Amino acid sequence: MLKKRLIAVLILRDGAVVQSVRFKHTNSIHYDPVHAIECFNKWAVDEIVILNVSREAGSRAGFAEVVKRISQKCFVPLSVGGWITDQDYARSLLNAGADKLVVNTLLADDPALMGALARRFGRQCMVASMDVQNGQAVVDRGRRPTGVAPVEWAKRAVGLGAGEIFFNSIDHDGARKGYDLETLRAVCAALDVPVIAFGGVFKWDHMLEGIRAGADAVAAANIFHYTEHATMKAKRHLAEAGVAVRSEGQRA
Amino acid sequence: MKTRIAIVDYGMGNLWSVRNALVELGAESELVSQPAALAGFQKIILPGVGAFADAMRLLRDTGMDRALEERHAAGAPILGVCLGMQLMCKRSLEDGQHQGLGWIDAEVKPIAPAPGLKIPHMGWNSVRFTRASPFVAGIADGTDFYFVHGYHVACADPSDVLGTCEYGGTLAAVLERGNLRAAQFHPEKSQRGGLQLLGNFVENV
Repeated sequence: MLKKRLIAVLILRDGAVVQSVRFKHTNSIHYDPVHAIECFNKWAVDEIVILNVSREAGSRAGFAEVVKRISQKCFVPLSVGGWITDQDYARSLLNAGADKLVVNTLLADDPALMGALARRFGRQCMVASMDVQNGQAVVDRGRRPTGVAPVEWAKRAVGLGAGEIFFNSIDHDGARKGYDLETLRAVCAALDVPVIAFGGVFKWDHMLEGIRAGADAVAAANIFHYTEHATMKAKRHLAEAGVAVRSEGQRA
Repeated sequence: MKTRIAIVDYGMGNLWSVRNALVELGAESELVSQPAALAGFQKIILPGVGAFADAMRLLRDTGMDRALEERHAAGAPILGVCLGMQLMCKRSLEDGQHQGLGWIDAEVKPIAPAPGLKIPHMGWNSVRFTRASPFVAGIADGTDFYFVHGYHVACADPSDVLGTCEYGGTLAAVLERGNLRAAQFHPEKSQRGGLQLLGNFVENV
C-alpha cells in the first residue's frame, strides 16, 4: 500500500537554517543543515525539501554547494528550490544530488522554461510550489500577487509540467494554526497529481487535518527543529489515527 | 582486492545519488561513461530516470549497449535501477514500441489507470518477497521502498520476480535472474532498506 509521506522542510538563507514566519526569515536556527539531515535520516522522515529563501540571486552557487553536502548524507528523496531561473542551474542542482526541482516564480515569469525543464528531466522531477494569500497565488517570495485564484494557478502549473504541488499559505506560514485547509481542500480536489501540504503545523493533529483535506504528503519546518525525534512522533500520531505511514527508524 | 563497481553514466538520471549511497556503504565505485572501461569492473549498476526510448538511444549511440552485452555474457553481476530495470527487458510500450537490451523476457507496460490511482506511482510502498535470496537478505518482508514510475515490468517467467508491490494490481518490484538483478524503486533513496539492498549487491552476489 502506498503510504502518506511526511516531509521535513529546511528553509535556508545564506547557508544557515532559518525559521519562517509569514515569509519573514529573521530567526536563524544555529545549526548546520547537514546535521539536521542526519537527524531526519535517523528519524525516518520520508522526504526532504530544501528551499533557498535568500533575496540575493548571488546566493545560488553557495546553495548548490550546501545541496551537494546534504545529498551525500540524504538517502531519501531530496527536493530543492529557490532561484531556478535557467536550465544550467537546474542541471547543476541535480548534479549536486537533488532528485526534484521546486519552482515558484518561474511559473509566472518563464512558463516556457518550466515546460522545457519538465520535458528534459521528466514531470516527476518538477515540483510547483505555490504560495497563496487573500484568495490568489503569490510569487517572488511572497511579494508579487498574480491575481489568479489558487485552484486555477495549480491547474496551470500541472499543465506546464508540474508532477507535484507544494502548497503553502503565507498567512499560515509559521502561524501555528495549521494548514489553510479550505484552500488546500479545493486544490487537492481539483488535481490528479500529488499535493504536499505545508505552512502552519504546530501540533501533530494539524498534519492529520492536512491528510483528511486530501493531501498526499504533509510537510513542516519549524516544529521539526524544536522537537526531539519529531518525525517519529508525528508518524506515530498519524498511524494511531489510521493513516498508512512508513514505519522505520529508531524508537523514540 | 576490493570489488570495483561501475555506475553506468549515459546521460540519464541522478547517478550521484547512487554514488553517494555506495560511498556511504564503503564500496569502491566509479561513474563510467566510456564503454571500453566497463571491462575493468567486476560489477555494474545501470541506473536511469526518464524516457525509455531516449535511454536506449543514448546507450546505442555511445556503444554502451554492446559493452554491457559483453559484460552480461561474461556473467558479471549487473543491477538495474528504476529505468535501468526496464532497459533490461525485451521491449517497452512507452510512447510507441521500443526494443530494450532484451535480457529479461518481459514487456514494459503502462500502469493501468483506475479511479483514484495517481500515475506515476510515486512514494513509499511496501514490497513482498517471493522467496529468500542473498540479494534481499536482512530486509524484512513488507519493507517500504521509494518508487517513482508510470510504467511497470510484466515478466513472462514469474520466477524472475523476487519482489512485488501493490498499486492498482500486483507489480514487479525486484527481479533476479542469473547474474541480473533489478529494482523498480530507488534503493539509493529508500533509506535503510535501500542501503541494505545495495549493500547485498556489493557483498552477497
